[in-house]
Amino acid sequence: MIEYRSIGKTFADGTEAVGDFSLVLPSRTTTVFVGSSGCGKTTLLRMVNRMVDPSKGQVLIDDVDIATRNKVELRRSIGYVMQHAGLLPHRTVIDNIGTVLRLNGASRDEARDRSLAILPTVGLDAKQADRYPSQLSGGQQQRVGVARGLVTDPNILLMDEPFGAVDPIVRDELQQELLRLQRELDKTIVFVTHDIDEAFLLGDQVVILRTGGVVAQVGTPADIIAHPADDFVRSFVGLDKGHRTLHVEEQDGVRVVVDGTGKATGVLES
Amino acid sequence: MSVVSDTVDWLTDSINHSGTDGIPNRLVEHLGYTAETIAIAGIIAIPIGLWIGHTGRFRGAAVALTGALRALPTLGLLTALALIVGIGLTAPLIALVLLAVPPLLAGAYAGVESVDRQTIDAARAMGMTELQILRKVEIPLALPIIVGGVRSGVLQVVATATVAAYVGLGGLGRYLIDGQAVSDYAQMAGGSVLVVLVALVLDGIFATLQRLATGRRPQKQTSPA
Amino acid sequence: MTWFFDNIDMIRELFVRHAWISVVSTVIGFVIALPVGWYANEHPRLRGVAVAIVGVLYTIPSIALFVLLPGILGTGFLSVINVIIALSIYAAAVMVRSAADGFGSVSPAVLDAASAAGYSRPQRVFRVELPLAGPVLLAGIRVVSVSTVSMLSVATLIGVSNLGSLFTDGFRRDFQTEIVVGILGIVVLALVLDALLVLAGRLLMPWTRGQKTVSRLRPLDDSVSKAVQAP
Repeated sequence: MIEYRSIGKTFADGTEAVGDFSLVLPSRTTTVFVGSSGCGKTTLLRMVNRMVDPSKGQVLIDDVDIATRNKVELRRSIGYVMQHAGLLPHRTVIDNIGTVLRLNGASRDEARDRSLAILPTVGLDAKQADRYPSQLSGGQQQRVGVARGLVTDPNILLMDEPFGAVDPIVRDELQQELLRLQRELDKTIVFVTHDIDEAFLLGDQVVILRTGGVVAQVGTPADIIAHPADDFVRSFVGLDKGHRTLHVEEQDGVRVVVDGTGKATGVLES
Repeated sequence: MSVVSDTVDWLTDSINHSGTDGIPNRLVEHLGYTAETIAIAGIIAIPIGLWIGHTGRFRGAAVALTGALRALPTLGLLTALALIVGIGLTAPLIALVLLAVPPLLAGAYAGVESVDRQTIDAARAMGMTELQILRKVEIPLALPIIVGGVRSGVLQVVATATVAAYVGLGGLGRYLIDGQAVSDYAQMAGGSVLVVLVALVLDGIFATLQRLATGRRPQKQTSPA
Repeated sequence: MTWFFDNIDMIRELFVRHAWISVVSTVIGFVIALPVGWYANEHPRLRGVAVAIVGVLYTIPSIALFVLLPGILGTGFLSVINVIIALSIYAAAVMVRSAADGFGSVSPAVLDAASAAGYSRPQRVFRVELPLAGPVLLAGIRVVSVSTVSMLSVATLIGVSNLGSLFTDGFRRDFQTEIVVGILGIVVLALVLDALLVLAGRLLMPWTRGQKTVSRLRPLDDSVSKAVQAP
């Protein structure tokens, strides 16, 4: 379980990224921080592995204040996936995946074996193992990034807009893969995105943020759509433009779902 | 042209192939000065440059220093130091080291700076210590530029060591200075040809090393998903 | 210090001589490098060859070139011409790279707009590409100017007098002050020439006045409209 207690963060140049933030992230669930640029979502994420330390307040993992834990050791126990995978360009795929294993003291063979074993989990072929990142497509690179985050079997996985840099079709695939992974592995995932649809798809708990880390609303996707807290949320989620207010029209015996702008978006199943 | 044939004669003349003033000995001396200078300058400049690149501190000072040292006229530095320190090898070597430091320093910090910040961030987030990041990520990726800096430095030293013969250093520069003193153009030209050859060969070697260092990792390309 | 004032005429003479040799060499090098760099940018295959040739030239130690040129060209040994040619070659070698980079930095979108507005090819080169490549060219010529001033001092060893002669004279006479004066003279000359170049840059390229340093070149919007609307 991850807990933010009265977290505040002001950077050296004076920008206040987060004012006062408190939240509990239950174990084995996916929490998504969503908001526009500058809302502090990435800052909050990076506090969990102490890439950023709060100016005030505490972050606790399983009731232990992480400020008391050694940074390097903490980071080796948490999986981290970033937007452009952040792969080491001079190492092969398999070496990249095994990096943290080696840092933790595993032998070359052990690291290689465990890395190979995780490839199918992220949908990669063993053939890719000895390639270099630049020889892979963007989507494949992201998969390697996810594999690297998972290979140590951490309890917590941090994901910072991991699917932002790939095209929509690949993004769909990767999102579905993540959902499948979560069903199989049950990790505590903290996910950051600016895309509300992605948040609704992946999140058990969605946190909509305004500038300064101010929580606009927290809840399940269904909660938020059904009971938006205010106009900001309504606008951010897209409830104000009519795309999400749906009604049904009969068309030759088929019930067509039409949105508020008159666009036909789907069909109602019997 | 008679000048060319004179020079060729001088180069092939057997008198010039033995003894202290023989070509092989001068060549070895020259290469020796170069190696010694690069080693000393490297030990000083490269670690500092790596640290500056990694932490980002004192970069302004480093740039100003390298700029100033580069603009310093080599002959002026050599003669000034020779007068202060006295006759012998020490003064020229100090000058050579001072002039070799800028390219090595710049190569080191520019190399580290060229590494993608995201890659470094990911390495840190994975739990590498700062030293591990330097050793496993920054240095390997910075290597082509660092080698480029050494390459620059080597050429600088080869050229300056030639001029340093004026203040008493041995090496191939002796042919230029001694030849000038007795108006023996063939000797001067012969020495110059040798210096040029040494420079070109060393440059070629380092160019290859640079290419090898780059080849260990493919260039960054973004391929379509 | 009295020595300085006693010999101020000689020093001034050397300073002036050093100045004109440096300036002439830099200018010749620049003038040669500009078209070469332009062609190299237009034809990428040529660029590879140009870079290789330039690389070799730059590798040759300057003193060696000072000595060998008279033999190769047949010009008189102590002649200033040799030194000017040698320094021009170095200046050109460094400048070609700057020129190619400078022309390469001009945004293709701007060139396209200029053609669409009705510029002929030559007009486009002189009125659009050249001005917009200006900042990078200026940076290159500043580097060349400093290194030329410094390199010239070595020519005293082959008998061409310049501020560097103060080094050899001072060394022979065990007179440190003279050497220091020589170093200061060269540094001052380099700074003065650099300042003049910066001034020239500001006069010729008024649209860059707001920018601090040229690290990445992005033509400002008004420079585009100015360049395009005044054929």
